[in-house]
Amino acid sequence: MIAIEHLSKRYGGHPAVDDVSFTCAPGTVTGFLGPNGAGKSTTLRVLCGLAAPTRGTATVGGRRYRDLPNPGREVGVLLDAAAQHPGRTGREALTLAATVLGVDRGRVAELLDHVGLDGTAARKRVGAYSLGMRQRLGLAGALLGDPRVLVLDEPANGLDPEGIFWMRGLLRGFADRGGTVLLSSHLLREVEAVADRLVVIAGGRVVAQGAMDELLADTGVRVRARDRAALERALTAAGIGFGPADGDAVIAAADAGAVGEATSRAGVPLLELQPAGGAGLEDLFRSLTSAGPHGPAGGTVGEVRA
Amino acid sequence: MSGTTTPLRSRGPAAGAEPAPPGPARLVRVELRKAYDTRAGAWLLVAVAVAAVAVVVLQVFFDPPARSLAGHLTGAQLPVGVLLPVLGILLVTSEWSARTAGTTFGLVPRRSRVLAAKVAAAGVLAVLAVAASALVAVAGTLLTPLVTDDPADWTLTAGQVGQVLAVQVATVLVGVAFGMLLLSSPLAIVLYFVLPTAFTVLVNAVAALHWVRDWLDLTSTSAPMYEGLLEGRGWLRLATSLALWLLLPMAVGWVRVLRRDVP
Repeated sequence: MIAIEHLSKRYGGHPAVDDVSFTCAPGTVTGFLGPNGAGKSTTLRVLCGLAAPTRGTATVGGRRYRDLPNPGREVGVLLDAAAQHPGRTGREALTLAATVLGVDRGRVAELLDHVGLDGTAARKRVGAYSLGMRQRLGLAGALLGDPRVLVLDEPANGLDPEGIFWMRGLLRGFADRGGTVLLSSHLLREVEAVADRLVVIAGGRVVAQGAMDELLADTGVRVRARDRAALERALTAAGIGFGPADGDAVIAAADAGAVGEATSRAGVPLLELQPAGGAGLEDLFRSLTSAGPHGPAGGTVGEVRA
Repeated sequence: MSGTTTPLRSRGPAAGAEPAPPGPARLVRVELRKAYDTRAGAWLLVAVAVAAVAVVVLQVFFDPPARSLAGHLTGAQLPVGVLLPVLGILLVTSEWSARTAGTTFGLVPRRSRVLAAKVAAAGVLAVLAVAASALVAVAGTLLTPLVTDDPADWTLTAGQVGQVLAVQVATVLVGVAFGMLLLSSPLAIVLYFVLPTAFTVLVNAVAALHWVRDWLDLTSTSAPMYEGLLEGRGWLRLATSLALWLLLPMAVGWVRVLRRDVP
């Protein structure tokens, strides 16, 4: 449904996005993950026709966003929840969008209710909203046209834990009904609970992508022994690669069975042996994004944001 | 903030024909609504109305020569001509200053359609403002025999009505053009007031520049229109000065909005 192909965007001589390609299929949630300034927002702005690509294409359902006759009816977009007119009420902001979309006014009330903005909040001016309330309003705006695709840039920013939990359920339900969701985040924890696929970007380039469970499967097991040196010797002897984890644990690049056999052959008693899971993914994310082609995470690559 | 939310109606992923794009009339309606649904816009309109009433009341009590329908209509144009262009500026620049341009152009990616709707909405606002000021002028004329010794003087030519309408539409569009060119509320408002005034002062002060005043100073060329007195070559002079102050900035700004990435 969403296809980004060889997309590049340069500002001056400076590449913000460099040859990025990925697709998002209906029925899935794709997490677009990367440190601040990695090129996530730029990619999404090009996808939504707000910025022109230097090279490459971004399409929704085979068409450029600009060529969609009434894009809000097909793609729900929330790129910057803070970017709302402070002097307009929440209800008014949605009413304007509903008029452009051609959906009836009843849907405005329905959506305000859906995102948990009650009557009092809806009558307040957006200037008095917290960032969390603006995210809810932005999400209501994205859902207003009953789209089949959602594109959300850092939607969890400013939401409290309860709000984040609620949003995950909303996005999961949207995808389970056949919708396509692309959401960006700089925090792995935010997307791993809801995403089926991950696209990891750093320094403007995609450094990893794949199904969540594949990426998780690749991250090995976490293993810990009282004698770490002996453990490392046993792993080396069995030809199993490993790297440091927190404390004196190591992450071994093999399944639990292989690691168990290797350490019992060497007579090294273990304190801990378990799939690395999220912790491994976290390490993976850190290593991928910090070893990006343009230097360390959050480094020199600027991201143009409003 | 409650986390309990209601389920949502959805047509489901397989439904329906292609949704139609919003038509021009609907886009103009949206832009008109944007002009008054913010605090700044609403207060600006209130200020125009209050000032128009104030001018006419002052004329009724203290300015005998202006005590006619035509005189009141002319007087009431002053606040409209000064303040309404600010609304025209904000109609464009607030999209950038309040960062709503992303939402606006996200919903209507053909940006020219949005800009055209803004121009049309500004024109409609100017016509409505002139209509409202005409009502104030009528009220002032009705009031005249009640509070002064003068009779009600209902003289007003169709020519004056037409020229007042034309000059107010042009004036508010100059504001829109400045907005499009500069895309910043404070910058556009300041330059809208400073540049033409400085220009007028300069071309009036320097004798060698009087021909510039006659052909390019919009303040001078449009002045007779408030009383419906523009005629003959005056129209040509109005056209050349509008080309400089309206068409040029609007054309440059329009192209800029189409080409630039939306922040």
